Amino acid sequence: MKTADTAHNEGSSAFAKAAEQESRAAELELQGVSKRYPGQREPAIADLSFTVPAGEVCVLVGPSGSGKTTAMRLINRMISISGGDILLGGHSVLQRDARELRREIGYVIQQIGLFPHQTVGENIATVPGLLGWSKERTAARVKELLELIDLDPQGWAGRYPAQLSGGQRQRVGVARALAADPPLMLMDEPFGAIDPINRMRLQDEFLALQEKVRKTVVFVTHDIDEAIKMGDRIAILREGGHLAQYDTPREILTHPADDFVAEFVGADRGIKRLSLTTLGELKLAEPNGLQPGALRAPAQTSVRDALSMILTANGEPLAVVDGDDRVQGLLTLSHFEQLLSEEASANGRAPGNGAADAGAPGDGATAREVS
Amino acid sequence: MSGYAATLAAAGPVIPNFGAHSSKCVVENRFFCGDWVSRNWDSVLWPALRQHVMLTAIAVGIGFLISIALALAAHRYGWLERPTLLVTTILYTIPSLALFELLVAPVGANIYAAEIALVSYTLLILFRNILTGLREVPDEVLDAAEGMGMTRGQALLRVELPLALPAIVAGLRIAVVTIIALATIVYTIYDKGLGVPIHTALGEGPFKTELLVAGGLTVLLALVADGLLVLLQRVLTPWTRARAT
Repeated sequence: MKTADTAHNEGSSAFAKAAEQESRAAELELQGVSKRYPGQREPAIADLSFTVPAGEVCVLVGPSGSGKTTAMRLINRMISISGGDILLGGHSVLQRDARELRREIGYVIQQIGLFPHQTVGENIATVPGLLGWSKERTAARVKELLELIDLDPQGWAGRYPAQLSGGQRQRVGVARALAADPPLMLMDEPFGAIDPINRMRLQDEFLALQEKVRKTVVFVTHDIDEAIKMGDRIAILREGGHLAQYDTPREILTHPADDFVAEFVGADRGIKRLSLTTLGELKLAEPNGLQPGALRAPAQTSVRDALSMILTANGEPLAVVDGDDRVQGLLTLSHFEQLLSEEASANGRAPGNGAADAGAPGDGATAREVS
Repeated sequence: MSGYAATLAAAGPVIPNFGAHSSKCVVENRFFCGDWVSRNWDSVLWPALRQHVMLTAIAVGIGFLISIALALAAHRYGWLERPTLLVTTILYTIPSLALFELLVAPVGANIYAAEIALVSYTLLILFRNILTGLREVPDEVLDAAEGMGMTRGQALLRVELPLALPAIVAGLRIAVVTIIALATIVYTIYDKGLGVPIHTALGEGPFKTELLVAGGLTVLLALVADGLLVLLQRVLTPWTRARAT
């Protein structure tokens, strides 16, 4: 189901050292949810319905004004619902006391919002404190979470947020949200304020962490590339809070529901789709006549990055290596023709028209309209 | 200033009325007479200092309680800020001597009149600083507190007030120093505080030693109180000194 994250498991991920914790996750279902602000003619959210299976990451993505953050904040009732219902684990969130509900939902925002006057340890202990956990249980959980985010509890628990780097703060923010083992996490552009290199690291770390904890996650971003990378499913919203399409990243890239989605994912969606496949998943050529010093890339590399490497090297073949640096096979430009024809036959379409039809509405028999 | 110095010079030697035991130093009204200070410390200076501390502590304490209540109300209901500022500003700008005298008729020439006047001068300073401190808490911090399920009261006690502490202590420092200075004129209606020996010394022509010691004690008290508050803030807000290492 999840294809994107296999590319990001490797490496010295901080989150990957997850303790083997038992972990809860719950299905989230939005049923015809709407939000109207008094005095405004157009609703901010209109009849929004989708279901996030337990343990999956759903990315809400869309241009500004599409109501993605509003939709997220309806879930933990930071914003009150005007119509419809939201079920968490089969129970309506509207029936719950709002404070109790929020203590059960992890909450991460772009500016992180760590409490500057509290140490890292005290910050992480916030929700356990509100839930009245014992000192021992809280201390043990704080230690476990600090190890999970690769901060030595000895050296870091007593520091203040001002003493952390941006990336460390964000990781502490995630740890704080995970403290009471919530079945659902809400993340509002959590990596939006981080520089591109560290953002990529944090994304990879979070995906590795998610492999372990398997939370249901609602992740808001305006960045379609981040949505493709992070999401098991993507909900694309358009202005006025209408759901344009709700699908897996591959489906959205292959069969955009309409002009708006096609334009939003970009004319390069054919290339973006390559980022969903890793070299290890391809049938490779025998590595005959491999030059010493040829291009090499590990099997976890995405096909998109591999293509970029080959193009940068003026079309040289690329040796795909395993974890022990043994050559497994060769990737050449001719593979991409084959790749396209395979995709095309799978989709019942002719190869070679990927970018050209980006604007055509309802292209392909399998394109779907989501109401 | 120069006129004052001229008066001093013209006055020449005077004989302050401090009993038969006046030393030569006192009789000649020299700049500083240590023997007078040691003879009058227990009977005059120390009681006046203690009274001064009490006058200040009561005024700032009550003023703080009123101000924090007003600031919390204005923090929650924004429309309260303007009328509160208006009233506290008017109180602050009433000339202090006039206010003391005005209070004598309804309240009497007693400690109540003195404290009511002193408290009224703390309100503007403390209210403004506390409200500013509460308003400067970053939005995302409040959003996180609410999103994690804190009630309003929990967010106030655990997040907003602690984060407002630097501004609150800053306000307390100004208020304490202001009231210590202002309390020297309480003597006009109530016979307590360091204002009493200052007034006596001035009446004596002036008597330099007493003026110097009583005035000096006032300044010293203000410095010590301010220093203690700085210390208090350092203890209460260790995070403000935490920097990336």
